[in-house]
Amino acid sequence: MTAQTRQPAYVDDVVRAFMVATVFWGVVGFTMGLLIASQLAFPQLNFGLEWTSFGRLRPVHTSGVIFAFGGSGLIGSSLFIVQRTCKARLFGGWQLGWFIFWGYQLFIVLAATGYVMGITQGKEYAEPEWYVDLWLTIVWVAYLVCFVGTLMRRQEPHIYVANWFLLGFILTIAMLHLVNNAALPVSFFDWKSYGAYAGVQDAMIEWWYGHNAVGFFLTAGFLGMMYYFIPKAADRPIYSYRLSIVHFWSLIFLYIWAGPHHLHYTALPDWTQTLGMVFSVMLWMPSWGGMINGLMTLSGAWHKLATNPGLRFSVTSLAFYGMSTFEGPVMSVKPVNGLSHYTDWTIGHVHSGAMGWVGFITFGALYYIFPVLWGKTKVYSEKLVSWHFWIATLGIVFYVCAMWASGIMQGLMWRAYDANGFLQYSFIETVEAMHPFYLIRMLGGVLYLTGALIMAFNLWKTATGSQDSVLQAVPVPQPAQ
Amino acid sequence: MSNEVEKDKLSGTDTTGHEWDGIKELNTPLPRWWLYTFYACILFAIGYCVLYPSIPLPWGGHTEGLLKFTNRKAIEEDLKANAVAARPQYASIAARDLDAIQADAKLRDFAVAGGRAAFAQNCAPCHGNSGQGAKGYPNLLDDVWLWGGSLDQIHQTIRFGVRNANPESHQGVVMPAWGEAAKNPPQVLAAAQISAVADYVLSLNHKDVDMGSAKAGQAVFAENCAACHGENAEGNQDMGAPPLITGVWLYGGDKASLVETITHGRAGQMPAWSERLDEPTVKMLALYVHQLGGGK
Repeated sequence: MTAQTRQPAYVDDVVRAFMVATVFWGVVGFTMGLLIASQLAFPQLNFGLEWTSFGRLRPVHTSGVIFAFGGSGLIGSSLFIVQRTCKARLFGGWQLGWFIFWGYQLFIVLAATGYVMGITQGKEYAEPEWYVDLWLTIVWVAYLVCFVGTLMRRQEPHIYVANWFLLGFILTIAMLHLVNNAALPVSFFDWKSYGAYAGVQDAMIEWWYGHNAVGFFLTAGFLGMMYYFIPKAADRPIYSYRLSIVHFWSLIFLYIWAGPHHLHYTALPDWTQTLGMVFSVMLWMPSWGGMINGLMTLSGAWHKLATNPGLRFSVTSLAFYGMSTFEGPVMSVKPVNGLSHYTDWTIGHVHSGAMGWVGFITFGALYYIFPVLWGKTKVYSEKLVSWHFWIATLGIVFYVCAMWASGIMQGLMWRAYDANGFLQYSFIETVEAMHPFYLIRMLGGVLYLTGALIMAFNLWKTATGSQDSVLQAVPVPQPAQ
Repeated sequence: MSNEVEKDKLSGTDTTGHEWDGIKELNTPLPRWWLYTFYACILFAIGYCVLYPSIPLPWGGHTEGLLKFTNRKAIEEDLKANAVAARPQYASIAARDLDAIQADAKLRDFAVAGGRAAFAQNCAPCHGNSGQGAKGYPNLLDDVWLWGGSLDQIHQTIRFGVRNANPESHQGVVMPAWGEAAKNPPQVLAAAQISAVADYVLSLNHKDVDMGSAKAGQAVFAENCAACHGENAEGNQDMGAPPLITGVWLYGGDKASLVETITHGRAGQMPAWSERLDEPTVKMLALYVHQLGGGK
């Protein structure tokens, strides 16, 4: 493709920056994960310092992987996807694009520095205090305007399914963020604020937020990513348009009600717990709709897995997605939850979704988009992609199996009675019993991080290597006159 | 941009005619198994909502469900069914004295099991999971006792504790800080004297020490230490003064630890568990600790 300087070009610099940030934050987030996993096995690694204690570093890890790694990947690829599938230049151009990029990176840094210094609202996945929340609101509205503006400029008669999911993600996250973070600061010059809600209402709103951060950030957003990169990489049409429609709307409608399953057997009213559980059960098939649509898109193209190791990540991510979206409804069933809740089983569940689905779909997208964005025909080394794939997959298997075993054992030990009706185990005995599994989990983390470092090297060489073509602007195709 | 429906060669299915950046869509119908499983989940949800409390009502309250289930009722029934305190053995333990419980093998086994559970929850943080103790926290497996190792003495110690605000607690005598003039004006020992008395105590435990120093320490001991620890260092349980000839050490038995103990003093504490646990549980704890190995 030759660059026609008179023609408007896609805003790709911002996308490139987001992709680099994704790799960078991925390595940072996985490293923090490995560190806190090691702290659980070896408490000495807290170093006796408040800034490096588990309680402060855990949100650095969770926000690091969800918002910094996942968020940069999502926003960056969504700006790429929306331009390509609408044949439209980014609304707001490079100016708005760069504002979103640097604004979002500033949000990440503000949030993380706050955590380390002990500045937190204490709400899971919503730890940043009011000043960070306000800043993110501004950036997010800019992102929404940019995305919707680009959609409205589209040259295509229809909106592509990936964009439905991405817009669903952007809108819902905006709503969740505003409602859950309603708070009154102590003063303009004080980081501390008091939340607008109290007691069980606060808990319910927090888990409405928390569950839908999973549903709309980590599911809908990444399904948007999936709907672009899998058909592109496989060069096959999407399996079923009808399934896209039905699973999109059922997913969007059902997900938002499932949050109460995080509060089973608490002060939350019984009826709310029931609804949280049944909506979670009903979510099973809508979630699987995305998996089916992705996997079946490969029918007739399975042989491409042998030659395209990047695609292997995307396909495996769907397998993990299917597994964790089946496990989720099972764990929401109250008697199962009675065993699994508060145990490592939950940690295993989250990580099969986070490492397997979110991580792998993102790696697949990165391996596809780096050569495209940097004007290369392929990645620097497909062999290294293969190595990354097997090392990371093994890491997930270690991690998830260790946490299943540890969590179920922990749950059973907590409820074990002896023949006389006395509790069989003390708390500390359960902690001792979990130690070997913590070591296996650490090993899983080492493998996963190693894979990510291999990827970072490979993508760096892809972008900077002297392979064939040079970086150039890609013109927006114009309608025939 | 193509807006024409075409047939996909590989699957034989029509496309929708849409195309974005080269991506097309097939018009495949919904997989039947997927659709019917989705319906089944919806039916399950409806059925569950009929059976269990589920729908909030505009005039307040909510549907109760055919099963009339509530979490509160369920947990109350569960607690009642498993309540240890409701068991007949519990009442027997409350009613009988320790020796009588000890004599009844079945009741004793029950009490020891209950004591083990209570120990794990309450005592293990200081005395260790199996009662092995730690520095400053007595080992309960050996036969050296600060406040006595009979069943009744152990019971007494658990009930009221050591050097706490409870008037019944063991106060004993506090080991003075022999090397700190500010804390202990009339009885200060010089560093050399402390070293000597430590050597003497070590020699009592058949350790290799400078016999000259130990000899000097013997005089210091007789003058300052024997009043509590006994002339032969055999200890005194009324004062909570440990024997110094058993090779068992609460704060370490090497020279440096002994010098530290003598210089700065010691005053171990233990809570009065009768303020937190019911009487049968305290009795069960006493029976459990007594049979750990060192009970007299």
